[in-house]
Amino acid sequence: MIAAIPATSYLLLAALLFAIGAFGLLIRRNPLIMFMCIELMLNAANLTFVAFATELGDINGQTAVFFVLVVAAAEVVVGLGIIVAIMRRRPGATADDLAELKG
Amino acid sequence: MNDATFLEYVVFFAAAVMILGGAVGVVAFRNPVHAALGLVLTLFGVAVQFVAMEAHFLAAVQIIVYAGAIVVLFLFVIMLLGVDRSIDLSIEPLNVQRPLAAIMSVGLLALIGAAIVQSRDALEINPGTGVDTATATGDNDANINQLATNLFGDHVFAFQLTSVLLIVAVVGTVLMTRKWPKGTEDPVEDGAS
Repeated sequence: MIAAIPATSYLLLAALLFAIGAFGLLIRRNPLIMFMCIELMLNAANLTFVAFATELGDINGQTAVFFVLVVAAAEVVVGLGIIVAIMRRRPGATADDLAELKG
Repeated sequence: MNDATFLEYVVFFAAAVMILGGAVGVVAFRNPVHAALGLVLTLFGVAVQFVAMEAHFLAAVQIIVYAGAIVVLFLFVIMLLGVDRSIDLSIEPLNVQRPLAAIMSVGLLALIGAAIVQSRDALEINPGTGVDTATATGDNDANINQLATNLFGDHVFAFQLTSVLLIVAVVGTVLMTRKWPKGTEDPVEDGAS
């Protein structure tokens, strides 16, 4: 067994990272920063996956991280495309301004 | 399980400080560019933790895809939109939102933390067939070989579906952000097609 540091430490670190990401997602108004906070939460999930893969000796956890990376990349592309399309129409928009979606 | 060496603890805590410091930076920095740099710090810290857990391939992919591609995309959009100015964070339209968000985050952390601590002894329920690592097998490619066998064996259909996902994402983004020349129909605006 190579993981001398117990998996609990990694899981608690991931939980902290997830909580910080969720907090940032709730309090920030800039859509770009909200997106970055979603990335933080995805990374917390990745860390959990790898910690469990190492702890339980199951490679499927690392494969799951691979798929999370792919989906995160696609999600960022689409999300930033939406933000660019919105910002082009109304510059400086925050998440509050998007409450009414009518152009 | 052998005890962790002093060096492993040093690496773990250094990477943990990187991760949490970067995460706090993303939430607290007023300038979006600085927030993106905090995100880079967090992603590198996660990559260090991946190396510490001997997931070498994922660490490399983490650096290349996240720090190399996604953050650069973030920075590109920040500068394209010209929002690389500091935002005044003291303005808060909803007075109760920040306390409520803090309560929810602490509650979430307490819930997950309690679950982790409670189930600490139950982690060994269903052990898998083992993860090949470079230090255990002596083969530097052991991790990537095992990952490739798993990915192209058990999960090959899901792997092929990701190509569909990427194509759809790229085509959709191009359609959404494209500037239509004057006189031509704008299917997005007219809602025609």
